[in-house]
Amino acid sequence: MPDDKRIAVLGAGMHPWGKWGRPFVEYGLAAARDALADAGLSWRDIQFVSGADTIRNGYPGFVAGATFAQALGWTGARVSSCYAACASGAAAIGNARAQILAGLCDVALVVGADTTPKGFFAPVGGGDRKDDPDWLRFHLMGATNPTYFALYARRRMDRFGATEEDFAQVKVKNARHGLANPYARYRGEVTVEEVLSSPMVADPLRLLEICATSDGGAALVLTSMDFARRHSGGAEPAVTINAVSTVTPSFPNTVIEMPNFSTDSAVAFSGEWETGAGFRPSITSAAYAEAGIGPEDLDLAEVYDLSAALELDWYEDIGLCGEGEAEKLLRDGATSLGGRVPVNPSGGLSCFGEAIPAQAIAQVCECVWQLRGTAQGHQVEGARVAVTANQGLFGHGSSVVLSR
Amino acid sequence: MPTRVPAVEGWFTLGDEGPPALLGSRCTACGTYAFPAEAQFCRNPDCVGQEFETVELSRRGRIWSYTDARYKPPPPYVAADPYVPFCLAAVELAAEKLVVMGQVTEGVTVDDLKVGDEVELVVDTLYAEDDHDYLVWKWRPVSPGQEG
Repeated sequence: MPDDKRIAVLGAGMHPWGKWGRPFVEYGLAAARDALADAGLSWRDIQFVSGADTIRNGYPGFVAGATFAQALGWTGARVSSCYAACASGAAAIGNARAQILAGLCDVALVVGADTTPKGFFAPVGGGDRKDDPDWLRFHLMGATNPTYFALYARRRMDRFGATEEDFAQVKVKNARHGLANPYARYRGEVTVEEVLSSPMVADPLRLLEICATSDGGAALVLTSMDFARRHSGGAEPAVTINAVSTVTPSFPNTVIEMPNFSTDSAVAFSGEWETGAGFRPSITSAAYAEAGIGPEDLDLAEVYDLSAALELDWYEDIGLCGEGEAEKLLRDGATSLGGRVPVNPSGGLSCFGEAIPAQAIAQVCECVWQLRGTAQGHQVEGARVAVTANQGLFGHGSSVVLSR
Repeated sequence: MPTRVPAVEGWFTLGDEGPPALLGSRCTACGTYAFPAEAQFCRNPDCVGQEFETVELSRRGRIWSYTDARYKPPPPYVAADPYVPFCLAAVELAAEKLVVMGQVTEGVTVDDLKVGDEVELVVDTLYAEDDHDYLVWKWRPVSPGQEG
């Protein structure tokens, strides 16, 4: 692959996920320092800081890039802060990559961190906001995030014969993957029986199948290919980012999505009306096209398992199998460590819980360690190509292709 | 008698004259529907239409998927005390080619629902406060005898 689309990943760092109750800046700084040390660079080497915003921590969270820069000590580095819901991390990586590929900088630091409240995510901010669909969906329907995940899960059961046990097996697999991951919040085996006896939250999804909300932080040091070669005395960088997809949906989006009340109307659409082909498949296909690969080239994938059932949707959406074949792929062990293409070797959101602006960056950190061969206790042997996939509400795609 | 008021203005008719209906918009240029109604721009990227008529959406549709809320949703949802779980459904409207969500009427459980079942729109109490009944649209299963 030519250099004009690639950037090097020199450093990756994370603060362990948990419910620590500390200011988000602490997690971001811990991750940033680890990423800088990993890269063998100092904070003064950073020319561009790209922050992924948190919207639950006041003004400093809305200007996360500057907040981290100030905490590390002002150096005059250029800065950006961006929000794209669950896709914020990928958007921040995309901003840094654009600066590097445009030749505007050589070395960038990407940071995302969050401190989260307990329980269901509720809309941010007070007062009556009758022009905000995210406020209105809670007020008018009592529709939480798991409501939407459950609609997809039920539809899978109805269309493809997925069973409650299939969903539980996803949880069992991911719990096993995360056992040895020092950054995971939940590290313990669970059985199918334990999953199926956990409380039903949004039928057919149970408590152990729904992603928790977590505190955490993740950071990356990204550089131009030339800088990476100079920095290592001429050697090629160990891991590169070959594509970043931050696509929006295409009209008509016929799958109901958070926080909406309805889908697009397909009456003006000349094709066949399908209420099954939504936004998600386009997210990775754009990334594959940019990287010049296909799903058959993947050695592993980190996907956004907001629910255990949603992980099965992703198998099809990222092209690991055809529609309706995800359950078979799971049952055959293809997506477990040791299988053909392990999915969520980190343990996924199932073991981490979600720290929104950090999560898409954490997915990339995991891929970096997998591609370097240093993911102790959960290594995908001989991994060469990895993809991350995720979707942020209000139409934010997020996918990153990495290789070694 | 409590005063009946919609929990949100202009999203549905109360059914005082004829059966209740959701109020959507229809682009006069390309025919694209939207719910809640669009007033400024058409969602169709190939359409520059800026005129919309307010239309009553189909009162019946088929369940695209469904779930329930076993735990009390957080505010701004106003939950009854004690909390009573409810179902939600996403419903396909064939004429408009779109899917609309909503709560399912009280007393219905997930065991009563199937993907593809026919449901019809009703207006029902969302919550009661200060001598007012705040109303919202809900989906009610069409009993077998009423189908067709």
